[in-house]
Amino acid sequence: MTGLAQLTRHRLFWPIVALVVLLLASTLKSHTFLEITVRDGHLYGAPIDIVRRSSITLLVALGMTLVIATRGIDLSVGAVMAIAGAVTLTQIASSPDPGAISTVALAMLTGLAVCLAIGVFNGFLVAVLGIQPIIATLVIMTAGRGIAMLITGGQITTVTSAPYKTLASGYWLGLPVAALIAGFFFAAVAFVTRRTALGVLIESVGINPTASRLAGVRARTIIWTVYVLCALFACIAGFLQSSNIMAADSNNAGLFIELDAILAVVIGGTSLAGGKFSLTGTLVGVLVLTTLTLSITVLGIPVNAVSLFKALVVIVVCLLQSPVVQHKLRARRRQAAPVPVEVPA
Amino acid sequence: MATDEITVKAAGKRPEPRLTGSVGRRRPTLDRRYLPVLGTLVVLALMLIIGGARYENFLTGRVMANLLINNSFLIVLAVGMTFVILTGGIDLSVGAVVALSTCLSAWMFLHGWPAYVTIPAAVLVGTLIGWVIGVMVHVFEIQPFIATLAAMFLARGLCYVIAPESIPITDPTIVKLSETRWGTDNGLVITPSGLIALAVVVIAFVTLHYTRFGRTVYAIGGSEQSARLMGLPVARTKVLVYVISGTCAGLGGLLFAIFARSGYSLTGVGMELDAIAAVVIGGTLLTGGSGFVLGSVLGVLVLGLIQTIITFEGTLSSWWTKIVIGALLLIFVILQRLLIVRRR
Amino acid sequence: MTVPTPSPIVQMSGISIAFPGVKALDGVDFRLFPGEVHALMGENGAGKSTLIKALTGVYGIDSGRIVVGGVEQVFSGPAAAQAAGVSTVYQEVNLTDNLSVAENVMLGHEVRRFGLVDWRATRKAARTYLEALNLDIDPRSSLSSHSLAVQQLVAISRAMVVDAQVLILDEPTSSLDSDEVARLFDVIRTLRERGVAILFVSHFLDQVYAISDRITVLRNGALVGEYRPAELPRVELVGKMIGRALEVLTELEGSTERVVVDRSGTPLLQAIGVGRRGSIEPFDLDVYPGEIVGLAGLLGSGRTELARLLYGADHADTGETIVGGVSTKLRNPRAGLSRSIAFSSESRKTEGIIGDLTVRENIVLGLQAERGWLRRVPKKKADEVVSHYIEALGVRPANPDAIAGNLSGGNQQKVLLARWLATAPKLLILDEPTRGIDVGAKAEIQKLVADLAAQGMSVVFISAELDEVLRLSHRIAVLRDRRKVAELVNSDDVTTDVVVDLIASGGTSA
Repeated sequence: MTGLAQLTRHRLFWPIVALVVLLLASTLKSHTFLEITVRDGHLYGAPIDIVRRSSITLLVALGMTLVIATRGIDLSVGAVMAIAGAVTLTQIASSPDPGAISTVALAMLTGLAVCLAIGVFNGFLVAVLGIQPIIATLVIMTAGRGIAMLITGGQITTVTSAPYKTLASGYWLGLPVAALIAGFFFAAVAFVTRRTALGVLIESVGINPTASRLAGVRARTIIWTVYVLCALFACIAGFLQSSNIMAADSNNAGLFIELDAILAVVIGGTSLAGGKFSLTGTLVGVLVLTTLTLSITVLGIPVNAVSLFKALVVIVVCLLQSPVVQHKLRARRRQAAPVPVEVPA
Repeated sequence: MATDEITVKAAGKRPEPRLTGSVGRRRPTLDRRYLPVLGTLVVLALMLIIGGARYENFLTGRVMANLLINNSFLIVLAVGMTFVILTGGIDLSVGAVVALSTCLSAWMFLHGWPAYVTIPAAVLVGTLIGWVIGVMVHVFEIQPFIATLAAMFLARGLCYVIAPESIPITDPTIVKLSETRWGTDNGLVITPSGLIALAVVVIAFVTLHYTRFGRTVYAIGGSEQSARLMGLPVARTKVLVYVISGTCAGLGGLLFAIFARSGYSLTGVGMELDAIAAVVIGGTLLTGGSGFVLGSVLGVLVLGLIQTIITFEGTLSSWWTKIVIGALLLIFVILQRLLIVRRR
Repeated sequence: MTVPTPSPIVQMSGISIAFPGVKALDGVDFRLFPGEVHALMGENGAGKSTLIKALTGVYGIDSGRIVVGGVEQVFSGPAAAQAAGVSTVYQEVNLTDNLSVAENVMLGHEVRRFGLVDWRATRKAARTYLEALNLDIDPRSSLSSHSLAVQQLVAISRAMVVDAQVLILDEPTSSLDSDEVARLFDVIRTLRERGVAILFVSHFLDQVYAISDRITVLRNGALVGEYRPAELPRVELVGKMIGRALEVLTELEGSTERVVVDRSGTPLLQAIGVGRRGSIEPFDLDVYPGEIVGLAGLLGSGRTELARLLYGADHADTGETIVGGVSTKLRNPRAGLSRSIAFSSESRKTEGIIGDLTVRENIVLGLQAERGWLRRVPKKKADEVVSHYIEALGVRPANPDAIAGNLSGGNQQKVLLARWLATAPKLLILDEPTRGIDVGAKAEIQKLVADLAAQGMSVVFISAELDEVLRLSHRIAVLRDRRKVAELVNSDDVTTDVVVDLIASGGTSA
């Protein structure tokens, strides 16, 4: 088999092609698209913007990747983001000194605690009660925004707090803080899953939970853990999002983020059926989705059509990755082999 | 283990030549499959009793009629969703398809198309999207979750393109449909939308229980592998359930257009979740193969009643609706889970 | 025996199928006559399933011809094959257990009136088909309320609905006990008398000889030959299947000299009144170091349940387990693992192999689970362990990075054994380690078990084949109806007949 053929079979080939095409098209339209300039000691430019805007989705998608690898799914992440914002900002707003770092830290800790509790709850439903993940997390997805509104009293809570604003709008070493936070957690998860045995144990539980349990793997604990982690990352994403607008908007915070995150994971080549996962793939998936949104404005496509455009890209990438098309592409190069229909021997 | 029945005999005296089934394990008279639906019925009854006791004018024909009328589009959606979920799939696109259908009809009326073209078109656009999903799921083996998600973005995107702003509908046929009411003076009325919803329920019931297609839907939900090896038309059926769901969403969109008399691209955001919640509360298992379309109707009525009660209560804020629905979902899911565990 | 009519109903000639990297079938001829039971024999990977799937249209063929009833056919799938009168009943009953018996029999063939299903008539028709097989069950009852054996017969009833001229039974007996098998055979004979051509696949030689009129042997995707059972002694059949001399088997047959196990010290494991409601009644069992304890009993007698309690795969309601002199509660598999107990389940696919992981990851998994997720097994150690066991057990292909799910049954079993041996267990519980694997691999595994015990490891050995249990065990516990009914020390006086009597009588020497 030729090198090219092998390359096109790589699961990240088409997503990366999509990313490159989007970047190229944008650059052709606006020649300065890929330029990075330094202003006030900060880096500016579309690439930086892409990275900064990716941070929220990346955080959510990170947890989602782990959950999906265990055959699960977490629909509650958007609601968790809303709750994180609601809890934290309500506490900051009600404190006498919203600008103090200690106030912000304490409020964020409260937010974290609440979100962790939700993660524990989701994990309990899935790992202990054995409820299907999609429906177990639908509970918080439905109730969560109600709870967030309950906390904020149905208002959009706004605050003025310099330390909290830094999370989304600040720069450190010339780079956006939000991107650094997301990058840090990405690196941490990548390091932990590949340097310890967590990654392979998650995969083994995702591929065959019963066999994993009998092999002595703490399947239940691992499943529980990934839901807690997912809620944790959603919580941090919620901090970034609320810091971005300096308000807790229970209705719109993280709306549809679960869909974007799941899409990113799938585009990145992790199967919804669980098992093998790729964090790099998820990163590529997130970048594709963010670049897509940004390119649309650059390319002069009406903002209204964002969703349409997204649908087309998703459909094309998913079609190209689908087993049937992959097989056809391969068959064109080689002698046709019979399609093995899945029938257990 | 299921085999011990015969083992027992084998080890004891020689059994008779005729094989009988599990005689020793007579099933209870009530079929377990009906239990979840009965649970929903009980909840519905309790809510009616509580509502009736707390508020005057609650158990009136007007309130009950409104419950059906105001939720007619959701009933149609839930019916379509039931087909998909029975096969073990899921359809996230229905909310967006409702929006597309309303936007399309508003746009067509705006551009002078007659009702006899627009109304079928509004329904068929759903059919078309359902077919596209079916092909993606079946031919290209894309997971239903992702395929319907893509269709959701597609439909929503088309909405923004054809109706960036709300378009009012002034077509006489739609106006007439939305204003017609048949019924008695005491408020027990029915609208064309309500009738359509009821008709859809009846057709769905007959289809699921009295056609080979319907039984194949259940068989696929039980085990797709087996259904295929039994020689059932799995491919056709799987595409068809998405076509049905899409068509129901298109019809739901039409009903919504009649209800709202305008087309707006943000219509029906999250409506797919209401439909799924209704189906689950109505006792259908998300793993497929078990559930009833009438259960889904009860599920919609439960959701509607929550809304009604909160309206009647007056002092309760609207977000309680979400919290209560979430709590109900939780209770039902856990109950279903316990039922399954006990069956094993 | 009916005399076959001269023209075959199925004639397959020169069938070839290639999968990426493998020639699954290579110019195979096969014929099937009306009114005969034709056994298809071969080791795992010989091409039996592929041939069946070629016939029923699940796989397309690369070359060759398939003629059914005088017409050349290329079926697009099971549905098309059924329409032409070729029905298949698979090993794992392929029905849907969320529906009733009647529906399962009649699905797709319901009686209709005015386009709608007439349930009364449909149920009546179902009953007729069931009764034709002497099956008196309520068609309204849910399929899941019946035993596997009944479900299998329901599947055959379904095959009859399409008026099958050809009935393919793919390992129909692998999960049935002997009595159920007898019943199934009655049904098969009835069908044979009606002129149905039956293709029968089984791993059990006795059954093949009991029922078949003709035997076709495949090896490595090629045809070895077609024989009459009367003209083919068993030894020769096995020889043709494995294609080599029977050294391995005979070697093991010879090694029956019995090592006396020292039972004076403390037992490695002592179960006192351990039981679990609805699973197995309280039992006592001692296992001494270096001892192989065989569990004998029919399917469903509780032998698997007993083993699971010893490991902690299920937790016991009552009783006490003493491991190495210390009383312990085995609440979950980890508890067993941490006390140096290993348990290899009978369901290799669903409870053993992690299909998408590599051989290497599968072997290290037990060791890793023991260490927890935080402390990864060092690469060097993992490499050592993996290459050692691949070599010692002869895993093929000897590639640690091969995907475990792609290996043959016997090799998957070896990978599982490697996983457990890597954890250095003191007690190894093997539930049906030799089921569904080829004769050669079977002999190797038996030999391995004997060697391990000789080195001091205790083994609890479960097998549906009494011969195997008797050959290997030092002591035998007999189970019946989810109860341990007897225990005996193995000796030359203990024959299969003795054990069968104990199982039948319910045991007196407990």
